[in-house]
Amino acid sequence: MKMAAAAVYRGALCAEKLLARRAAQVVTGGASLAGIQQRRYLNVHEHVSFTLLRRAGIPVPGFGVAHTPDEAIDIANKLDSTDVVVKAQVLTGGRGKGNFKGGFKGGVKLVYSAEEAGDVASKMIGDMLVTKQTGEKGIPCNKVMVCERKFPRREFYMAIMMERSFAGPVIIASAQGGINIEEVAEEDPEAIIKVPIDIMEGITQEKAEDLARQLGLENRMEETVSVLRSLYNAFITNDASLIEINPYAEDTYGKMYALDAKMKFDDNAEFRQKEIFEGRDWSQEDPKEVEASLHNLNYIALDGNIGCLVNGAGLAMATMDIIKLHGGSPANFLDVGGGATAEQVKEAFKIITADPNVHAIMVNIFGGIMRCDVIAQGIIAAAEELSLKIPIVVRLQGTNVDDAKALIAMSNLRILPCDNLDDAAKMAVKLSNIITLAKAANVEIKFELPV
Amino acid sequence: MAATVRTLSRLTGVCPRAARSCYTATRPNLAINKGTKVICQGFTGRQGTFHSRQAIEYGSLMVGGVSPGKGGKKHLNLPVFNSVAEAKAATDADATVIYVPPPGAAKAIMEAVEAEVGLIVCITEGIPQQDMVRVKHALLRQDKSRLIGPNCPGIIAPEKCKIGIMPGHIHKKGCIGIVSRSGTLTYEAVHQTTQVGLGQTLCVGIGGDPFNGTNFIDCLETFLRDPETKGIILIGEIGGGAEERAAEYLKEHNMGPGAKPVVSFIAGLTAPPGRRMGHAGAIISGGKGGAMDKIHALESAGVIVSRSPAQMGNMLHEEMKRLHLGV
Repeated sequence: MKMAAAAVYRGALCAEKLLARRAAQVVTGGASLAGIQQRRYLNVHEHVSFTLLRRAGIPVPGFGVAHTPDEAIDIANKLDSTDVVVKAQVLTGGRGKGNFKGGFKGGVKLVYSAEEAGDVASKMIGDMLVTKQTGEKGIPCNKVMVCERKFPRREFYMAIMMERSFAGPVIIASAQGGINIEEVAEEDPEAIIKVPIDIMEGITQEKAEDLARQLGLENRMEETVSVLRSLYNAFITNDASLIEINPYAEDTYGKMYALDAKMKFDDNAEFRQKEIFEGRDWSQEDPKEVEASLHNLNYIALDGNIGCLVNGAGLAMATMDIIKLHGGSPANFLDVGGGATAEQVKEAFKIITADPNVHAIMVNIFGGIMRCDVIAQGIIAAAEELSLKIPIVVRLQGTNVDDAKALIAMSNLRILPCDNLDDAAKMAVKLSNIITLAKAANVEIKFELPV
Repeated sequence: MAATVRTLSRLTGVCPRAARSCYTATRPNLAINKGTKVICQGFTGRQGTFHSRQAIEYGSLMVGGVSPGKGGKKHLNLPVFNSVAEAKAATDADATVIYVPPPGAAKAIMEAVEAEVGLIVCITEGIPQQDMVRVKHALLRQDKSRLIGPNCPGIIAPEKCKIGIMPGHIHKKGCIGIVSRSGTLTYEAVHQTTQVGLGQTLCVGIGGDPFNGTNFIDCLETFLRDPETKGIILIGEIGGGAEERAAEYLKEHNMGPGAKPVVSFIAGLTAPPGRRMGHAGAIISGGKGGAMDKIHALESAGVIVSRSPAQMGNMLHEEMKRLHLGV
């Protein structure tokens, strides 16, 4: 693994970093991942992970989910312990150190009575939590998890993920788990154990026992083997791409619990994981990205001012690259995909132009499955329906490109055709700069195409 | 070596312990030509029909298709079969192209592997990763079938055979081998090399999924061994380590006099870290897979890496002129 410094993606990247075994470097990445074509990548709340683990037979502390302070009091009363943790359910890292806009400090709080649990919940629910990762806009907290506080004596790390270099599932574990796992990986690579699993074989008794021994848990052999099996099964049956338990801890009474878990799911498996995907919390995502997803568009908001509409993820990234190369700044990534309809193209335009920062749009479509005339119909419909005033540079190549050009020419809209990718990008950047200048000078600009 | 491997397999029915050499023996199946007989799985569906028509128009030798339950009928004037095994037996097909939706696609690939079809091209996007891990498991332990994809545009030998969804008319028979993880970005490279007059020998879209059947090295080897291929374009993107491994391969097999010029473009240089844009494979995570790392690795292997997606053709043309390769 000759890579340069690792980039941490949220908290759940421990596993990936441990595989890379390099120094940590926290990245303030954006919100949850976008998915592949027509899919969104699924990131789930802690309580969902806990529920799935519990269902899989892995011990977790007693917990409940509260949407109101009263519910929080209720749950706290029913738990086995008076030492309770109230955790804001928000899809961002750095919860503990975050601050609520209403003034309450911290997204993870220890409380010592049910009343206190209710009080803390009232200060979290309905407010926005600002963390290093969310930036100033923060993220809404609509529910909290109320769970028993455990006092860990020993902490282990256990994770399982699909890894390219092993062409399959890998279990990563360490007897030195906990929040310093990344330092452990850096300073003592031998402490990180990797066990590739043959997917047709599953996790064998032999491999499980061997791992238990390596972790120093041979005196709890049966239990540990059972937990490893449960972990593997949960990974497979839920189509997870990552399950990370850190720590898997022994408490002062000698009982083992998964105290913190992160799970990621393969969005390609949505068609057969309806329950998990129905649990997706849209409130945690950018509303424009949510809208896009509803129309099966792959959209990620960025902060520039040239809107992009492209077919194919690689070409979309390359379009962003070439805009940057010519001094511009993309406002979004948007991949309409191979089978997009005129309707979807129109929706794509709506979403892009809903961003007030967008000063110009660059359409770059190379038609393979995608037919250029379908794109043209969508663009024309959008421009008409939305009365678009910003310039649209359209670069089309491929299937039915001549039909497309004819449609655009006949439409009399402010659409600037350009065959060459370099020129199209330069034009989009120049036009966007003009609008930016105009706005700064409080001047309105009208674009007219020569007759 | 490959011959020994094949003989061993036939004799013992089991692949030698080095599972890798088993599957790599199928690399030659990438060299499609005018005589490559192609069937289509998902033949009578919307995508299958549209693209089979296009393939026939292009001049590919389509010999039939598979659509369970519709065996015995005719579609586009070609026979329809109930299974790949039936189709292969009747047509002696060399290759199959799969347009089956995600829930059934992995099964369709396995059916083709079991029928020992030499080249399997899976266009389908959205196959669950776990399904592909299982497919790959089986693939690596046999030596008859090579898979390209899934989630890829396919493979084309211009003016000879087109298997996939790429627009045929932008291609031109010539001397450049193109391999890419991206679909539409491949078309850019094709368009540019056609425009500067170089043309292409073979274009392979290996697709964007993390668990797939063919990688850069499989294609690079094919290009390096093909006397008609005089230059190579490699298109990569953020995520994983495929480009780095390709660089290692080129360092070993494509240096010194006689080395073929390679131009590359890596998409996603400006993508913010931690965001996954499009391909299941293209995610920057754990420090691996950043665009600059790939660019440096490739440059250290003598590859010319273009910073603009619009300059791949020009840069390769310039380099080939510099090397007096008769272009």
